[in-house]
Amino acid sequence: MASRQRGATDPAGDREILSAGDVARTVARMAHQIIEKTALDAPSAPDVVLMGIPSRGAPLARRLAAKIAEFSGRQVHEGTLDITLYRDDLRRGPTRPLETTKLPEGGIDDKLVVLVDDVLFSGRTIRAALDALRDHGRPRAVQLAVLVDRGHRELPIRADYVGKNLPTSKTEDVVVMLDEFDGRDGVVLK
Amino acid sequence: MKHLLSTDGLDRDQATAILDTADRLKQALLGREVRKLPTLRGRTVITMFYENSTRTRVSFEIAGKWMSADVINVSSSGSSVSKGESLRDTALTLQAAGADCVIVRHPASGAAHRLAGWLKHTNTSVVNAGDGMHEHPTQALLDAATLRDRLGSLDGRRVAIVGDVLHSRVARSNVHLLTALGAEVTLVAPPTLLPTGVEKWPVAVSHSIDAELASQDAVMMLRVQAERMTGGFFPSSREYSIAYGLNERRLKLLPEHAVVLHPGPMLRGMEIASVVADSPQAAITEQVRNGVHVRMAVLYHLLAHEEENA
Repeated sequence: MASRQRGATDPAGDREILSAGDVARTVARMAHQIIEKTALDAPSAPDVVLMGIPSRGAPLARRLAAKIAEFSGRQVHEGTLDITLYRDDLRRGPTRPLETTKLPEGGIDDKLVVLVDDVLFSGRTIRAALDALRDHGRPRAVQLAVLVDRGHRELPIRADYVGKNLPTSKTEDVVVMLDEFDGRDGVVLK
Repeated sequence: MKHLLSTDGLDRDQATAILDTADRLKQALLGREVRKLPTLRGRTVITMFYENSTRTRVSFEIAGKWMSADVINVSSSGSSVSKGESLRDTALTLQAAGADCVIVRHPASGAAHRLAGWLKHTNTSVVNAGDGMHEHPTQALLDAATLRDRLGSLDGRRVAIVGDVLHSRVARSNVHLLTALGAEVTLVAPPTLLPTGVEKWPVAVSHSIDAELASQDAVMMLRVQAERMTGGFFPSSREYSIAYGLNERRLKLLPEHAVVLHPGPMLRGMEIASVVADSPQAAITEQVRNGVHVRMAVLYHLLAHEEENA
């Protein structure tokens, strides 16, 4: 997407917010922030577990874990946590397929869990994720990392690590594309 | 999906969706501190068993409870059924009392379909937990789940269903489901225990178990259903066992990877020898374990979406 200018609007009315390069840089910056805030490079570093929320939070958690290992030399555990069964809107649409849940070896008890998702919007997904975590164990603390915070919260929830704050209108769509699903990285506002 | 009455009519995508949900539920519950999901909180599931059952009733009850539904069990003895209330009136009573889902087992073939007809203009879902000699869809789904676990996929796999096919709802449900999922099914039974019209089923038919075993990826042994037999279908149980029982010698005829299934309850020494039932190739306890996850998945697909009609 190098040929395309950032912020440019294509004929379909889509605006590119982050290019592939931006996504990589943003993930790297978030990895640094996680290392700093959790004091991961200190001798008494906590046990950090990154839990990605499917679908796109899962590869983001994997990328963050790889970057954290690269920058700090510390291997953090990562897993995926499907929140579908904890949603508050299951009866407002057709049957939702379930996604993968995979806890890291050693579980989440007494760990510092960082939830990872692509977009933070109403906050309801995170509310569901907190409920799901509670059934899997008792983390020491829970933090939240999101690639894009688009505002319009409906619950008292905020992120500890934000890749990009993006003011949006409620009718707009924030589309996060990741190589693992979409063949390329990028964030587009539709 | 509003009801689950039979596997006849379930297409490959629908069946795969339920089996995938069951896999994910199993995964989500693995190693958890709290084995309970909030998904069906506030929903009421009633089991209505007009026939004896251990595993199916318990498995549905556990499935509902693990998803936080309120589960109420009604059996024919101890309810107004023993005073002569009809199935229709009992069903309408349970619906009026607030059932979101009625799970029914009944000795009459077609009972679940009738029930769904009576509840047509309500939001109550019906699950067939076995109706006479007709269908037992969740049993077939848990068999398919177990075979997927052991064999990877059912595509092109060969499955022999052996024994009392005539009286078996398990066999009927499995024939539809396994063929929809791409398996090749062979029915192995004496001519007296095969239903009329079997030649129109999408299956091969054989009368010799020894001839079939070497080429199978799985063999499903059926219980001889003495309670449904009204005539002489075979000379003696000893003779049946010799001709169609899965004994140690026959186990050796099966390929090493082949899976032995039995829907239970087993008659050890009759259709299946004890050593076979306890061998590593037997997946009989896995079937029971998968039964809970498959039934959770069925409840999820029936109850966790917007209402389809009012």
